[in-house]
Amino acid sequence: MSKEWPLWEIFIRGQHGMSHRHVGSLHAPDAEMAIHNARDVYTRRNEGVSIWVVEAKNISASAPSEKGPLFDPSNDKVYRHPTFFDIPEEVGAM
Amino acid sequence: MYAQMVKADGKGVKSREEMDAEERAFQDKIDRDVKIEPKDWMPEAYRKTLIRQISQHAHSEIVGQLPEGNWITRAPTLERKAILLAKVQDEAGHGLYLYCAAETLGVSRDDLLDQLHSGKAKYSSIFNYPTLNWADIGAIGWLVDGAAIMNQVPLQRTSYGPYSRAMIRICKEESFHQRQGYDLITKMAQGTKEQKAMAQDAMNRFWRPSLMMFGPSDKDSVHSAQSMAWKIKINTNDELRQKFVDQTVPQAEYLGLEIPDPDLEWNEERQSYDYGEINWDEFYQVISGNGPCNKERLGARVKAWEDGEWFRDALTAHADKKAAKKKKQQQDAA
Repeated sequence: MSKEWPLWEIFIRGQHGMSHRHVGSLHAPDAEMAIHNARDVYTRRNEGVSIWVVEAKNISASAPSEKGPLFDPSNDKVYRHPTFFDIPEEVGAM
Repeated sequence: MYAQMVKADGKGVKSREEMDAEERAFQDKIDRDVKIEPKDWMPEAYRKTLIRQISQHAHSEIVGQLPEGNWITRAPTLERKAILLAKVQDEAGHGLYLYCAAETLGVSRDDLLDQLHSGKAKYSSIFNYPTLNWADIGAIGWLVDGAAIMNQVPLQRTSYGPYSRAMIRICKEESFHQRQGYDLITKMAQGTKEQKAMAQDAMNRFWRPSLMMFGPSDKDSVHSAQSMAWKIKINTNDELRQKFVDQTVPQAEYLGLEIPDPDLEWNEERQSYDYGEINWDEFYQVISGNGPCNKERLGARVKAWEDGEWFRDALTAHADKKAAKKKKQQQDAA
């Protein structure tokens, strides 16, 4: 039996000026074919101007169980948001 | 509905007291409409049931290409041919989105395909009926895709993230399928006497099988409670079937086509149409492999897979060779 083609994660830039976004995955023998297949699977209605493909095994992901330690530290730094600071009305827009 | 008889794993819906801490946290997320993502903890029964449901849905999209593919070379105009090609290509795409969603649950594509090809996995009963005349292509888009949309729209809100995202993509494209079908059958219904007869003939053959797409009647649908608690099923089979009938009858009236059901009648009290009993024996026969085209459909699928093996192997060999060459060049340069 033939071996299964590797899995690729597909990222599409929807329009100029936007970043690439993950849209899904597909199987293909190599990167070149993955791009061809991605065109047919994910951009049949003009959804893209650029395609990135990454073999799924090369992606490392944060673990859901680490969500707390990973993201909590940013929760208590309200001063990072501009609305933390009161600017006197007389000063005007800032 | 493209997944008609998905047996939910587990021993029925657990009460909160019966759940352990992980199960309770999981159910709380679902109740709050927080999506479950691939790496999140989930009950094994949820995973297994979803694999079965999503893959059954994917298989239906793939096998669903066959009855329509039958007419690509015989479409009456170049425009209709191009539309049908695009539609069938969409179905392949929908199958691929759904296979990807199923794979995030830890099953391989080859395993899924093996299950389809061996007959272990099911696909929608509707694709085991033949497409005998050109108006059938209209009936499929209008009725079959129309019935599919009924089910797929609420599934966009399903609890499993990758499944929900696949459904959103699919729903965006599905409306084209239904409208091209209605447009096609409108042309036939408003055409010559012979064309109108073909449209009615298609209606006569596809109406009841379309109603069967929603799966067994609620009173016989034993696995719904758990699937609904998990939000992988949003409405009951009979709810969706009724909605479909109510939506479709006026569309048929506009075309001057008769619905082949002597018991069909507007119920003023319910503000809904009553319709005749469905032949459930036929449904169970078709879903278990004894429909008019089950053997032909599965045979065509297996043949395509086997005939394509040398090609898949060749592309793999080519990719391996290219990778080896690149590696050697890098080594030589170093």
